[in-house]
Amino acid sequence: MSYAIETLDLTRTFKKGKKKNNSNSKKPELIMALDKVNLTINPGELFGVLGPNGAGKTTLIKILSTLLLPTSGIGLVDGIDVAKYPEKVRKKINMVSGGEHSGYGILTVRENLWMFSQLYGMQTKVALQRIDELMKLLGMQEYARLKISKLSTGMRQKMNIIRGFVCDPQILFLDEPTLGLDVQISREVRKLIKSWVKEKKEKTVLLTTHYMAEADELCDRVAIIDNGKVLACDSPSNLKTSLKQDAVFHIEVNLMLDNLDRFKVVPGVKKFAYEHKPHTGRTDLKFILENDSYISAVTGEISNNGSEILSLSKAEPTLEDVFVSLCGKGLEDENRA
Amino acid sequence: MAFDRLKENLRTTRLAGKLGWAMEANWADPFLFAIYSIIRPIASSLILVFMYLVVTRGKTSFDLFAYIFLGNTFFMYVYNVLFGISWVIHEDREHYEMLRYIYIAPIRMYYYLFGRGIAKLITTTIAIIITLAFGMIVLKIPIDLLKVNYPLFFITLIVGLFVITCLGILLAGITMLTAHHSFALTEGLGGIFYLACGAIFQIDLLPNWLQYISKALPLTYWLELLRRSILGKSLSLTLAKYSNFQLLLIMLLTTALLALFSDYIYKLIEHVARKKGKIDQVINY
Repeated sequence: MSYAIETLDLTRTFKKGKKKNNSNSKKPELIMALDKVNLTINPGELFGVLGPNGAGKTTLIKILSTLLLPTSGIGLVDGIDVAKYPEKVRKKINMVSGGEHSGYGILTVRENLWMFSQLYGMQTKVALQRIDELMKLLGMQEYARLKISKLSTGMRQKMNIIRGFVCDPQILFLDEPTLGLDVQISREVRKLIKSWVKEKKEKTVLLTTHYMAEADELCDRVAIIDNGKVLACDSPSNLKTSLKQDAVFHIEVNLMLDNLDRFKVVPGVKKFAYEHKPHTGRTDLKFILENDSYISAVTGEISNNGSEILSLSKAEPTLEDVFVSLCGKGLEDENRA
Repeated sequence: MAFDRLKENLRTTRLAGKLGWAMEANWADPFLFAIYSIIRPIASSLILVFMYLVVTRGKTSFDLFAYIFLGNTFFMYVYNVLFGISWVIHEDREHYEMLRYIYIAPIRMYYYLFGRGIAKLITTTIAIIITLAFGMIVLKIPIDLLKVNYPLFFITLIVGLFVITCLGILLAGITMLTAHHSFALTEGLGGIFYLACGAIFQIDLLPNWLQYISKALPLTYWLELLRRSILGKSLSLTLAKYSNFQLLLIMLLTTALLALFSDYIYKLIEHVARKKGKIDQVINY
């Protein structure tokens, strides 16, 4: 069976800068953006890559969309090697990146979208009809004739999402498509992605996100990635089921706790993560325990530190808990723990 | 298959041309744009005229002045089109943040870059026509429109524009690897061509080693043939021994070599840019 996307030991390193090892030699420090990534994505699948910032998600999409060459390994799109035959790959793909201000500001929304449809060889009549449909779906009709330099960030992002869909690609790469968008617009974008994949069974979407709810809601399967490595890959429900035998607790305390490493050695704690909330002076703690009986040891440790527990709840495992169990940190605190 | 590819390339060129024109013409209202388009080339010519008058202390030679005037006028193509093409990379990557989407579209970048340069080609052509008219009417440059060798002129012009496009694509490739240096690069390269290709100095006056470079550059023959087609003669002693046909052949040969070189270097640099992740690297310079 031919996969829509396949990666074989896909590796990418970046030079960080010159690092002095000794007085005579300078060797560049390397950052491992992708470390022997092996993934297979089936045609018609909406596949998510979930991971914190800097995990390697964007690098993966850049390689698969022919923007970047891998250091080693192979990336295949519809069976075509992205490094060797980029021209063939480009006929099958499109890509949208979130959180940017791209677009030709001197053109109107409709002109921008039409121009891209033409780069993909669409007939003008078909393209304009599709542009209008998509704009209607995302509530952008009244902005059609507005120059995009006058659009808000959210509207510009919506336009870029439409740009990705307008040429109806066989494989669509969405790199954090809802990054920086408000709740309502994010919801509309997710709705569009879902309906597109549902209507067109043969289309494949590779979506990267660090919003676990987004991955949970949209994706047939999710790969959890951190530091360039795929830690797990399965359907969201299967990933969550893997934590069923564990006890997941969310605790909110009234202090900005320090010396959090001590929780790692509390008996029964398998993994934990935390998030400081400077605006409230509180800290959210997430524990994955071997079973419920160990919660008293955890609360005891918190009390010993002089903190007060504001709330404690036993939670159903989420994808974020899966992430915590796999790498011992939350999606938002990749620089900590 | 070949027909489909041709259609695709023409479509890309047309689209990029439209986009380039929208950018070129939208920065000011049409009236201001028209005034600017007329005044700028005339002002450039006047600078040259006064420089010439000062250097020759008023003892003008019409042959020499016409040589310089035509070289300087047609050299506008080199600066403007070269800049127009190579700057696309910087502009699309940094300003519009669109280079990544253009790059991954199923098009050939050559045609996109050339298309974006067309707007500069059009505005420069207008500027050159205005300058030539100014030269004929005000500066009394001896151009007899009835005696111009039009076939030679148009063939030479088209080949020359192809040469400049190749150079522009070469520079666009280099721009992929640089941050903000393409402007300086274009200026620098343009300056070298200005000196070496006989735009104002006859190549006979250049040092021997520089003459070798001059003879290797198709733009040298381009300017020579343009002068011959318009004035019916030229002042270059080195090139005088060649007939128009011979010069045309030499120009075609050097153009073919340059096109191959430009293609090779562009592909090489594009590969390096992909390897280094420079295609969409925004540095907000």
